[in-house]
Amino acid sequence: EEHERYFNVEQVRLLDRFSSKSTSGTLYLTATHLIFVESSPSSPSSVLHHHIASVEKLSLTTTGCPLVIQCRNFRVVHFVLQRERDCHDIYSSLLRLLRPVAYEELYAFSYNPKQNDQQREEGWQLIDLGAEYERMGVPCDQWQLTDVNRDFKVCETYPRDLYVPITANKPIIVGSSKFRSKGRFPVLTYFYQEKKAAVCRCSQPLSGFSARCLEDESMLQAISKANHNSRFVYVMDTRPKLNALANRAAGKGYENEDNYSNIRFQFVGIENIHVMRASLQKLLEVIGNRSLSMSDYLMGIEGCGWLRHVKAVVDAAIFLTKAVTVEGASVLVHCSDGWDRTAQVCSLGALLMDPYYRTIKGFMVLIEKDWISFGHKFADRCDQLDGDPKEVSPVFTQFLECVWQLTEQFPQAFEFSEWFLLQIHEHVHSCQYGNFLGNNQRQREELQLREKTHSLWAFLMEEQQNYQNPFYSSVYGKTHPVLEPSTLPYHFKFWRNMYHQFDRSMHPRQSILKTIHTLKETSLKSAQTLRALENPGAAATLPDQRQPRPPAPQLPHPGEEATESTDTDRTVEGSSGTDSRKQSYGELEGSYEDGDEMTKEEPAVVSLEFGMARMTC
Amino acid sequence: MEFAELIKTPRVDGVVLHRPFMPTVEGTLCLTGHHLILSSRQDNTEELWLLHSNIDSIEKRFLGSLGTIIVKCKDLRMIQLDIPGMEECLNIGSSIEALSTLDSVSLMYPYFYRPMFEVIEDGWNSFLPEDAFKDLEAMTDEWRLSEVNRDFRVCTTYPPLVAVPRDVDDDTLRKAAGFRHGGRFPVLSYYHKKNGMVMMRSGQPLTGTNGRRCKEDERLINATLRPGKRGYVIDTRTISVAQQAKARGGGFETEANYPQWRRIHKAIERSNVLQDSLVKLVEACNDQSHSMDRWLSKLEASNWQTHVKEILTTACLAAQCIDREGASVLVHGTEGTDSTLQVTSLAQIILDPACRTIQGFQGLVEREWLQAGHPFAQRCSMSAYSNSKPRHEAPGFLLFLDCVWQVLRQFPCSFQFTEQLLVLLFEHAYASQFGTFLGNSAAERVRLSLPEKTVSLWSWVNRPQEIDHLSNPLYEPNSLVIWPSVAPQSLLLWEGVFLRWNRSPRCQEEAHEEMVHIIEYNKELQNKVNSLRRQLAQLETQEPPLQTP
Repeated sequence: EEHERYFNVEQVRLLDRFSSKSTSGTLYLTATHLIFVESSPSSPSSVLHHHIASVEKLSLTTTGCPLVIQCRNFRVVHFVLQRERDCHDIYSSLLRLLRPVAYEELYAFSYNPKQNDQQREEGWQLIDLGAEYERMGVPCDQWQLTDVNRDFKVCETYPRDLYVPITANKPIIVGSSKFRSKGRFPVLTYFYQEKKAAVCRCSQPLSGFSARCLEDESMLQAISKANHNSRFVYVMDTRPKLNALANRAAGKGYENEDNYSNIRFQFVGIENIHVMRASLQKLLEVIGNRSLSMSDYLMGIEGCGWLRHVKAVVDAAIFLTKAVTVEGASVLVHCSDGWDRTAQVCSLGALLMDPYYRTIKGFMVLIEKDWISFGHKFADRCDQLDGDPKEVSPVFTQFLECVWQLTEQFPQAFEFSEWFLLQIHEHVHSCQYGNFLGNNQRQREELQLREKTHSLWAFLMEEQQNYQNPFYSSVYGKTHPVLEPSTLPYHFKFWRNMYHQFDRSMHPRQSILKTIHTLKETSLKSAQTLRALENPGAAATLPDQRQPRPPAPQLPHPGEEATESTDTDRTVEGSSGTDSRKQSYGELEGSYEDGDEMTKEEPAVVSLEFGMARMTC
Repeated sequence: MEFAELIKTPRVDGVVLHRPFMPTVEGTLCLTGHHLILSSRQDNTEELWLLHSNIDSIEKRFLGSLGTIIVKCKDLRMIQLDIPGMEECLNIGSSIEALSTLDSVSLMYPYFYRPMFEVIEDGWNSFLPEDAFKDLEAMTDEWRLSEVNRDFRVCTTYPPLVAVPRDVDDDTLRKAAGFRHGGRFPVLSYYHKKNGMVMMRSGQPLTGTNGRRCKEDERLINATLRPGKRGYVIDTRTISVAQQAKARGGGFETEANYPQWRRIHKAIERSNVLQDSLVKLVEACNDQSHSMDRWLSKLEASNWQTHVKEILTTACLAAQCIDREGASVLVHGTEGTDSTLQVTSLAQIILDPACRTIQGFQGLVEREWLQAGHPFAQRCSMSAYSNSKPRHEAPGFLLFLDCVWQVLRQFPCSFQFTEQLLVLLFEHAYASQFGTFLGNSAAERVRLSLPEKTVSLWSWVNRPQEIDHLSNPLYEPNSLVIWPSVAPQSLLLWEGVFLRWNRSPRCQEEAHEEMVHIIEYNKELQNKVNSLRRQLAQLETQEPPLQTP
């Protein structure tokens, strides 16, 4: 696919973020990407415009005009251009390109992976939420599918198909929806078949200081009655109590236990989107520091509070899981609008309760259900269009991190590896696929995403062998259907491969995961060869050993150069002899004359990125 | 036998043992001279068999007539024993306290231990300096093995044989020894085959406040430089600490007297600071409170990770000087028996692929720690739970192992051994049935007749089944220099030691087994394929190709 090239600038230097190293090459600006091609032959690296969070032009130095680009996948690219005018041109073009004003300008609408309409259509049919509710066991004698929201009339941010207790009739639903913020009335999101206990979600009640609503009370009563195992329903308000109290002044608030029979009300204290945004921002500032001391690092991680927030979300999910699986009680989860913290807690809780969601397909279903269909505002939170910066928040990133923390505690429980989470994160921000565009189902239908864009899930499914966790044991889900993670603080660790994904020098030089993947691949081939050898009739089909290996998967493979993964079975990434230069062990800089190697150091500084890989196919 | 005097109650029935992540066991508690044993008498499972010397401290509590003893071990494990009867409990408690703090080395368990396994190769002879020197001789003739310290008179903490520059005579060595702390004159620690550069180590020079110099010392270290080359002196102390050392007769190499050497000061902490750091770290790890912030503050306040980073950085710097700058290096701190050895041994892990094998790593520990005179007996007599005030205790060796673990984490395919070997060495350095880590120097080991009277740890480790157990299934020899990242984001808490008893080991073990399974399956298939291919090739050469109908 040929790209519209706007212009290119030669003799640009790309600086490494954590050392004094740089490479030079040519910078190309296209309609969708900023591409850097090194002078020495190596794979080019590119930045998708949609990934750019900010562009900054630093003041002119003796070496040139610096341009710093911060990306949403936590990559930071630092260019130095020779001429101020070129720098300004790139800078102003990027400012214009990076935040489109209309959805139709997003990459997903021009991205063409050479699929025909039927293939695209099949891709969109991969995830079927109706089938998912059936898998859970609904509709059933206590839960029914309602068509009140068929036309998005009752709640425009909910999907069309909703599941409610059989005793919740239309007047109750409509009445309840009028008493809930944005009309988001209580609906079923997960059904724990074993105990017939339900996880429901909604937004905060418009209770103010004293208002009540009989239909809403009936709604909760109906949820309670649908579960014979427990006499009460937990109502989990995922906000800190103070925030909920403050909301009362605005006519919103939380359920008064006196008005609702049979509820147990509980605050779980997850902070709001603004706190999370600031927290991650601080974290990135800390870890972006070039000569970070151990103390500053640890105090910085503590100070930004990010891991504390991650733990709060996991704590809430554990509370939910215990209530459902141990007590057999139904739980209603809400926050303010019920699309951020509620989505985090419901989906994470389901992941702990149900081994299906720990598979590759199941995890897609989970995201589709709790995040996409129930209206997590991806467009606003991920800043897809030029919008209100106060609406941007890393709520979904935080959810992915919670999942990663769990995968660390349970290495055998998840079918997918970290690469899967990183790849999803990549594409939530790439706007290359239609799945995450817009803020809710209704908007997605208006945008005709199914007709005009491709589905990420089909693409991930096709590549699923790349995302498999080699340590996964399918038996584990049977012996441990419910995960009981420890929440002792040392189980919450800094996710280096997310926040330093593109900072190669930070990573282990050899990856166990990658090595095991390669081994599994060779085993598969050996088994084929063996079958062919053992069956002489098939000798003709014997695979030639010298035949080139299929190209290595384009993984979000932290810190490795693309050139290293292609030719040998196992790559020893031990030093190229120049690694020590990238590292500053201190004291020696400039003490002796540099040798001749300085000029021909490693290949690409920044590892090849998917945006690029996809683009060229 | 005086053990009997210390054991007032040798046996108590109905004792309940609690261990984290394991079912409780009820059984009979027995005390012997060296062990605390708990037997359930059901089959022969669930038995506790604990060396008294592994016990760091105990805590006694009473609830009515039921006594409880919390046993805190040097390997950081904590177990609880519920003992019926107040008197029994008190007796057991005081016996444990007495038996775990025996003063006399000759009463230690290694002198009583008889191996239950066949000794194939006597570990006491596995890593002799003369053998190591043979390897060096094969590469260069610039060095010789000096017997100047044959009777441990020149330096009490050096082995009888040391490698020194060929052209420097023993007399010069003796004089240089007089100018170095503890008589530790510069000796060869490592020879870098690739470019012939060397790493040496020593004690600090005794310049004192009036800038004493020693021509022989200068000649000795200059003899290690090639013509026109310069070297680096890596002083593991900060410049101010090194300055202060002058007042006590110590000091550092001044530019005026050592013009061919450039001095670099680093800041590796000293023993008491490290011990304090270990105590705080373990306290933080055992804190069962669920607050995220308290954990991170406490981890930070322990400074343990800072020490890891500093030591690793200094070792990388030394390796960088040798491999990248093509310069020779002399490493020392004050005594040259602690931070110096951390740096020289780690630099070898980075530079020398041989040190990353199971045998090679043992050789490294033997050369750079045991023979080099790290005072293990003093440093490892107490661990993180001890209530007594530390005298000479310091986890310098544990920090070294932690740093090796960090490198192993970053290069998981470049080491022949797994983390298990590192954990094993940590355990045995603090309490062992083997004599390897007893004593403070080669001289002491001779005086204590350890090679004659005790079994070497290496005799046990180097049996095929143990080697097998410690082998890294991912190992693929890597002949390159391996440069680890020392960014704080790249350095992790060593869970295998510090959280070992606080987490369920099952998950990690199962994942490891799965990995071994994948690798073995792969090997098996490859072998089958290869053998079939060979057969096929043979058939093709023997018979003319058959015409298939």
